[in-house]
Order: sequence, then structure tokens, then C-alpha cells
Amino acid sequence: MKFTLSWLKDHLETTASLAEIRLKLDQIGLEVEGIDDPGEKLAAFTIARVLEAKRHPNADKLQVLQVEIEPGKPSVEVVCGAPNARAGLVGVFAPLGAYIPGTGITLEKKPVRGVVSNGMMLSEREMELSEDHNGIVDLEAALADSVGKRYADVLGLSDPVIEIKLTPNRPDCTAVRGVARDLAAAGLGTLKPEKALEGVEGSYDSPVDILLEFASPDGAPCTCFAGRYIKGISNGASPAWMQKRLTAIGQRPINAVVDVTNYIMIDRGRPLHVYDADKLTGAIRARMARNGEQVLALNGRTYTLDETMCVIADAKDVHDIGGIMGGEHSGCTHDTKNILIECAYFEPVAIATTGRKLGITTDARYRFERGVDPGFIEPGLDLATRMMLDIVGGTPSRRKIAGKPPVKPFKVSFEFARVKRLMGLEVLDAEIRRTLEQLGFTIEGNGPRFEVTAPSWRPDVHGPADLVEEVARIAGLETIASVPLPRLTGGVTRATLTEGQRRVRRARRALAARGMVEAVTWSFIDQSEAEHFGGGAEALQLANPISSEMTTMRPGLLPGLLAAAHRNHNRGFSDISLFEVGQAYRGDGEKDQFTVAAGVRTGAAGLTGSGRHWDGIASPAGVFDVKADAAALLAALGVDAGKAQITRDAPSWYHPGRSATLRLGPKVVLAHFGEIHPATLKLLDVPAPASAFEVFLDALPREKRKSRAKPPLAASGLLPVTRDFAFVLSKDIAAGDVVRAAQGADKTLISGVKVFDLFEGGNLGADRKSLAIEVTLSPTERTLTDDEIDAVSAKVIAEVKRATGGEIRG
Amino acid sequence: MSATDVSAIEAELMAEIAAAADLAAIEQVRIGALGRKGRLPEMMGRLGKMAPDERKSFGAAVNRLKDQVTTALEARKSVLETAAMSVRLASERSDVTLPVRLGPVADGRIHPISQVFDEIAEIFADMGFAIAEGPDIETDDLNFTKLNIPPEHPARQMHDTFYLKSPERLARGEAPMLLRTHTSPVQVRTMLSQKPPIRIIVPGRVYRMDSDATHTPMFHQIEGLVIDENTHFGHMKWCLEEFCKAFFEVDQVKMRFRASHFPFTEPSAEVDVGAEAIGKPGKWLEILGCGMVHPRVIEMCGLDPEKYQGWAFGMGLDRITMLKYGIPDLRDMFNADLRWLRHYGFTCLDVPTLAGGMSS
Repeated sequence: MKFTLSWLKDHLETTASLAEIRLKLDQIGLEVEGIDDPGEKLAAFTIARVLEAKRHPNADKLQVLQVEIEPGKPSVEVVCGAPNARAGLVGVFAPLGAYIPGTGITLEKKPVRGVVSNGMMLSEREMELSEDHNGIVDLEAALADSVGKRYADVLGLSDPVIEIKLTPNRPDCTAVRGVARDLAAAGLGTLKPEKALEGVEGSYDSPVDILLEFASPDGAPCTCFAGRYIKGISNGASPAWMQKRLTAIGQRPINAVVDVTNYIMIDRGRPLHVYDADKLTGAIRARMARNGEQVLALNGRTYTLDETMCVIADAKDVHDIGGIMGGEHSGCTHDTKNILIECAYFEPVAIATTGRKLGITTDARYRFERGVDPGFIEPGLDLATRMMLDIVGGTPSRRKIAGKPPVKPFKVSFEFARVKRLMGLEVLDAEIRRTLEQLGFTIEGNGPRFEVTAPSWRPDVHGPADLVEEVARIAGLETIASVPLPRLTGGVTRATLTEGQRRVRRARRALAARGMVEAVTWSFIDQSEAEHFGGGAEALQLANPISSEMTTMRPGLLPGLLAAAHRNHNRGFSDISLFEVGQAYRGDGEKDQFTVAAGVRTGAAGLTGSGRHWDGIASPAGVFDVKADAAALLAALGVDAGKAQITRDAPSWYHPGRSATLRLGPKVVLAHFGEIHPATLKLLDVPAPASAFEVFLDALPREKRKSRAKPPLAASGLLPVTRDFAFVLSKDIAAGDVVRAAQGADKTLISGVKVFDLFEGGNLGADRKSLAIEVTLSPTERTLTDDEIDAVSAKVIAEVKRATGGEIRG
Repeated sequence: MSATDVSAIEAELMAEIAAAADLAAIEQVRIGALGRKGRLPEMMGRLGKMAPDERKSFGAAVNRLKDQVTTALEARKSVLETAAMSVRLASERSDVTLPVRLGPVADGRIHPISQVFDEIAEIFADMGFAIAEGPDIETDDLNFTKLNIPPEHPARQMHDTFYLKSPERLARGEAPMLLRTHTSPVQVRTMLSQKPPIRIIVPGRVYRMDSDATHTPMFHQIEGLVIDENTHFGHMKWCLEEFCKAFFEVDQVKMRFRASHFPFTEPSAEVDVGAEAIGKPGKWLEILGCGMVHPRVIEMCGLDPEKYQGWAFGMGLDRITMLKYGIPDLRDMFNADLRWLRHYGFTCLDVPTLAGGMSS
């Protein structure tokens, strides 16, 4: 919503400065988007008179002018290419150093074809006043008296344009008068009274009938249509003052009739339409469009309509997309003699829906979809009539009204004390009353409960909270004192995080502590990638994706992390370790969202650091690096990965031989880890081998801690004993099985089993390997004798052989 | 054997000790003097054949000699050991200019968004706010209807909101699911499931169909909600002022509350912070929207709007992160560029606490 300061002052009697007005508009909820003071950019330009114009000695199309820029002072020499430059012309002069907004150039002293120009005579386009560049500005000769004065001051161009960003609840402030009313209530002046309108009663019946043709008045998109015929007008350009105001706020003047409708729309928030009555056939009516019906609109485009849209039509054609845009055919031109003014009420939802379907944004739609004042239909029509008569003449008919204005006075039961209760703001009752009344509310009753009726232009007011808002914003939210929020617990703050939240936090720091870098990647990914990672169901596809790479809710975090690894490879990184802790989706239900901590390592991005180092070779990050990541993460979250089963059934995006799943029982999957399948790397364009893990945080068992105290430490005074064993085994026997067998040989004495050597090849044969373990025996009661130790050793050997077929190595 | 002989032996042994050039030589001297067949045991062996008087004085002389030799041996050995160690140390020399790795704790990074989320959780925990969460894929009802956003509201249109295809729901005549456009549905979920007093903050991902220099189709919001029987706008002002001071780590902060409009609050305000807080005086930064929860929202969430009232606020987590830490471009947040993450990220030790400070 744009208006000029002088336009505002048509409605507001005020002495406030522009800065005060700006501040107040911001405070009361009419946020100022910008103030454009055209006088500012024109400040350097002055009125000047050409005393003499001679041909340029070196150029046919240029002239050398002698210009009087200050009365009585010597003239200056200016080179000018304008065809209309001549002796005696009064125009606009820009001195050296001035910035020319239309060309973006700052004037410098330099010769033009050998003659130095000491400034410039300007065209309107160079001042960004219009597109006119046929010649320099040619003012009335009488303005020669004003030589030396500022052009913008002399011509009255210093009217600042204020643009406000309206929230959708304030249709009343799509009118300059509405803005003025708010400012008056906020103490910035007084609202000027409405002028009485005379001579608009009309002396004959309109020859064009007006009809509402809807199946039922309930739910009809147009509930009231008022009109008036004016015969014998003489249309032409609108008066200069009107053109100036319209131009200032970016409205293009068309002709007087059209300009009047636009002027009233801005001034009163009341959109109007005017038909060239001679181009209408029969009665004019509001009705639903027929499917496929077409209309050539005023913007030159043809729109195809459907039966959900309201149109204004005559007996033959559609002439108007109701409340949105008029039709070309019956539009008014300079030749128009007889007109029909339409002042109608269109339902906001219908307008919004139609406007959106057709993709048309107009000032009329902007107002109707917010809700125009239903109490201003007849007055609006009369105001339009009065202005038409004043400007284009003619004889008006009587009003013709179909339907009824949908004015529904809305009463709110309101206690003034509510302002204090909701806002913590002390406002005197008299001040509350004054504020509401100045905004147009009426207050009945004696309190403490009052009946407050909202004015017809405030469809946004429904309840007491809305009235509190009116009082508070006019008083100013800045006047509300801050009040400390009382502590809930009285004393020291209690912990607030849930177990799940604590885990997410800890998971991030645990992985960062392992040298990994946290990424945040998109929740939606490419459909083919989603499918590859076990997702992509239709229920998780977006109906309106923003790009083909963001179509589907991700089934896991690896697609995003691998894609990120790919991008970083392209940036020149070879060893990458990235992780993310975030959500993924199994379905569209609220329980289908789950939290994953996942990480990717590529190249030689191991735990101790990536890349080559003098202290050792950089070995590629593989399955054991990510197994360590997953196990360390689980440990950080209080889960002993050693107690989980390791099964060789990781999903298809992992290398089938170098991956695994960590489980608690058959159903609970804690994690997957492993090298990424070469086919997956290819799909995601990752140029190097990569390994990854996924830990499912929601699957972790809940912490069972009952007391903060830890169990007593059972440290034995007896020294533990270790014995080493080496077994020769078939290569496909899992080390985990050997460890478990050894551990099971004596559950009380054996407190630990470590794998300390793995050897394949040599003289063992291709299908054999040697695995060496260190078994720790922890006596609890007394030191073990050699015989006892030998007995346990024998049990270890026997148990490993039984379970795995492994032979003790001689 | 006479005392003179003892003196001669003493002189001899002392000379040998002094002459021993290394640890092996001193050991030889020790064996020669004190070993089983050494000279001192041999002298002691003669005692048995001596007369008692002689035995007494000779014995005493030999014992004195033994003490002297033992002490001299120890002293010489110590000197030789020190010399040997010096020789060894001189040969053991590392090039201490070779570089070392700082290890994983120095290499790893926490994303700025996660860091700021932890900071905010810490600050609001002190004011008694728990953290509430909800799903990204939401129903139309919780994302819009229960927040007083009517069906024809522009936010509900396809050009603002991501909808899912939801074939089965559509077949059942239900509305399709959508990606939440704000964290506010969690307000609704909380009010529907919890009794006041309520104090929560809601951080999370939100989605809007927007992509340009300052918008991404996914971003983060943080929302706050307080509901009880008498909490009012003044409490909200205080809470937001305290938050801004703690978050930007300044003693004073300039704030400006401007009346505005949101469907789910009434009255509503937009809040600007004086850019002094981030060291750029003279400007205002729009950082959040807030207001008193609309009575209709309270009612739709199953609470009595005559009894309960409250306030809510929402702000862009990415935006305040960018403001605080001088991050220029929103889009980089989701680009996973290692150079960017290492530069703007935090180490695992940078845990924000009230005692230690937010950004240390």
C-alpha cells in the first residue's frame, strides 16, 4: 500500500513530521517498507533559462547553449543534443557533480567534441519522472522568474511516497483514509470529517438493468451490486493533480474515468469498475462463469474461466472477472460517452480462489480478498458519481442496487480489565474508550462488561483479544513493562532434556570427538536414491517438489552424506569424514519418523587423522574404522556393543562381505556398519571407496539407572593371570565365535579374552588362518595353582575346538 | 701382617678404583677386592691364625678398609654410570621439529546450528523451558486448522507448502499430509497432551517452497510457548530480552516490539534487536515474531480460554546463528562444504553452559 504525504494530509490534520509519522506507523502495526522522497533525488536540479543556442562547431546534432542558472549572474556554457533546445526555453539544469538518476551518471567536467560543458539540461527520463526522452524539459515561460530555485520545490514534486506492508487482517488500511484514522487514534492528529456530497441523487432510471444471477444468495460470491448510469460525459485526461498523485504511487494514468476509479480505490479502499455503457447488450449481471468461457482482460491476455469463478456479463459476453480485472471490450476510452459505474461486494474467499487459479494479482483483488467495507457500497458509488460529474460531466441516473450490503454488526462483550490481564499494561478506562471510539467502535453499557460493536470496515475483529490488540497497539507495545517470569521450581533450575534429547546431543559430541565433521543435509532427496536406500514409497513423495533432486523424504542419512562426500571430493578433498544426527522417515505417520546418527569415511580418513603422515602409512578407512565408530558411539550412549549380536545381514547398500548389523535380540537393530557397496558408490558418483555406519538412536534400550550411586568396585587383591593360545582354524570361522567359546570355557575364572594376532597365508594353506588370543583369569578367593591354570587352559582348548574346529597351534 | 701392609693394600685398591675407566672395570675391581676370592676376604681368613691381641687390631683395620673400599667403589660407580648415561643420551636424538597430529578432538566439528541449538536449550532451561518435538510430516489440521489458519489462507497454497502425494489418504477422502511450515504444530500437540502450566521451546526443521539467496526450502525454527492462568505480554517481553542478552552475550540489548499480525496470536508483534548486540550499531535486526496465543487456538487445543492464557514466539534458528557468528549465506548451512564446516563449526569441547558461557 502506497500513498503520498500530501494525500495522507487530505484526511489527517497533523503537524507531525515525516519521521514521527514513520515511527508511529511502525509502532501501530502498519510497518513502513520504505519512504521515497522524490525531492531528495531531485535536490540538485534547478530552474534555468537558455539565453542563447548556437550550433556546435564540431557536431551537427549538438548545440552550445548559454544558460542562465542564477538571476543576474554570468551564464554558463552547456553542450546539449536535445532537438528542442532553443533560446528562451525555461528548463531544468544539473550542475557539475550532480548525480543523474535516469542514467546513473555523475556529471564531470569534460569537453564534448572539444567544447567544455558546465552542466546539463535534463529530460524527464533523466530525472526518472517519466519515460519522456523526446527533448529536454520545456517549462512555462513564466517560470523564468524562478531561475535558480530548486525544480522539485517550484513544481511541487517533493511529496514523499510512503509504502506500508499491510498484514492481511487490515483491509481498512488499504485506504489512505484508514491509515489516517489509525494515526489519528494514535495521537498524531485528527481525522478530517467526510465532505457532504451534493447532486448525486439522479433524475432518471438507469437504462441498463443490474441483476444477481446465482442459484441462492447463500454462499454467492457477489452479494451486492450497486450501479449508476451517467450519460453524456466527456472523457479525456484526468486533472494534473490526480495524475500526479497516481503517478507518484506507481499507478499509470489512463483517462479521467479510469483514473477516478483508481483514485477512489486508493483513497477509500473501494475498488470500482466502469463500463462503456454503449458496448453493453441488455442487462448486466453477476453470475458464475460457464466452463471454458473466455474473456479478454484489460491486461491484454485472454483468460479461460470455470464454473467456480464469478463474472460480470451482459446478455452476450463476459465483461469483467468479478472483483479482479475488467474486460478489454467494454473498457472506457477517450471516446466513451455513456458509462455504467459498478460498486459491488465480492466475497473474500471467492476472490482469493479465483485470483490464485488465474494467477492475476491486481489492486482490486488485493482489497476484495481482504474484505472491503460492506458499509461503503452506496457511499462509494455516490463518491464516484460526484467525482465523475466534477471531472467528466454528464447526467447521473438514480442508483440501481441488486442484493443487500452484507453488513453484519458484530458485538463483543468486553471487560476493560482484560487489557491489564493479557498485556500487563495499565491503561485508564477513559483511554481505552477513546481509542476504540476513535477507531470507529461503538461502546454500549455501563461496565464492567461493555458491548462493543466493530465498525463495518473491521472484519478482523471477533473477540475480546482483538479489542485488547487495538488498545495495546495504539498505546504502543513499547509502553508495556517487562516483568520477570517466576521460576517454576523456585530454586535451582532442573534438567529439562529428555533421554532421547540427551542422546542426540551426546551422539553429536561423541562423533565430533572422533574427528568427524557434522553436516546438516536436506530431508528430501532424489527418488532413485531413496529407492536405492530402501525408501521411495509414494506416500513419502512430494506432490510439489521444488527440484528433481528433492522429491522424496529420505529413508536414511547416507544418501545425503555420500552426496556431500562426492561434492567435497570435487572440491579437492580426498579423505573425508562426515556425520549427521537427524531424522529419517519410514512412512508418513508420526511414529514413522526416527532418529539416526550416521557417518561416512572415505579415503584414509581414519581416527587418528587423515592423509599421509611421516609417522606411518595412511591406510584406507574400512569396515573396522566404522565398526569402531558405531561401537564407540554406542558406548558413549551407555550401550555395550560387545553384548550385541553381530549378524552378517547389513542392507544392500553395504559391501556384502565387509559389513554387519548390530542387534539386541532378533528384533532390535542397533546399527549397521561396513564398506559401501561399489554399485552404491557408482550411483552416487562417489569416486573413492567409502565406509559408513548408521546407529538408530530410538532403538537403544532405555537407561535403567535407579540411583545416582555406582555399584561398589569389586577389585580383587589377587593378581590376574594371562595365558596365550594360538588356534589354526578354517578361514571362514568368525573371531567372535572363538572369543565367545573361550569365554564360555569357565565363566567364573575367565574375566577377559583378547584377540592379539591374526595370521593368514604362509604354510597354513589358502583356506586356513591362525588366531591368537590372550585369556585373562581373575581369581577371586586365592591364588591359582599351576594345576588349576592348566585345567582351565585345557577347557579353553577343548571348548574352542568343539565350537569352531580350531586346533591349538603347536 | 702389619698395619703398614693394610695401608699398602688400601693405597693399591684406591688406585685401582680411581683408575677404573668403565662399569666393567669397576666390577672387576670390586670382585678383586670384595669377591669371594678377593683380597679383603683373604685378609679376614688370616684372622683365625693370629694371636688374640693381633687379631683384634688387625680385624679392626681390615673392617675399616672394607668400609673405605665399599664407599669408594660406590662413588666411582656412580660417576661412571652418569658418564655412561651421558654418552647414551648424546646418541639418542629426535628431530623434535617433525610435525605431530592434534588428534580427533581437534579435527572434529559440531555444525553451527547444533551448537546454537545447545546454547538456546541451555538458556531456556534456566527459565524452566523443556524441549518439545514433533514430526516433520504433519497433518493439515495440526499445521493449519488448529492454529486458526483458515483453508483459504495463502500459506496453505501449493506455492508455499510442500504437500505429500498421500495416495491412500486421498483415496479415503482425507487431506494429504504436508511438511510442517513452522514448528507451531508442536504447540498444539503439547497443549492437547499436557496440562498447564506449560513452558516449552520447540526447535526443528521446517519446510517452505522457497529458494533464493535468502531462502532455502528447508530451514530451522525455534518456537516458545508459555501457558498458565496469568502469564502476560510483559512476561514475554522480559523472557525475550533475557534470552537475547544471554544469547548474544551482552549486558544490555535494545529491543523494539512492533504490532503485527499472525493468525495464531492476538495481539501479535514483530521484534527487532538493536544490532549493537552483534557489534553493528545503528541498525535494527528483525529476529522474531510473537504474541499472546489466540483464544481460539487455546480452545481448539482443548483448554478453556477464559481460564488459561499464554504467549508464543518463533524465530529462525539459522538466522540468529548467522547473526551471532557472522555467517554470510544461509545456503551454505546445508551444503556440507568441509572448508565451511571447519571454519564455522565448533569442537566437541565447546559445550555451552551457563557457568562457562555460551560460546566458550
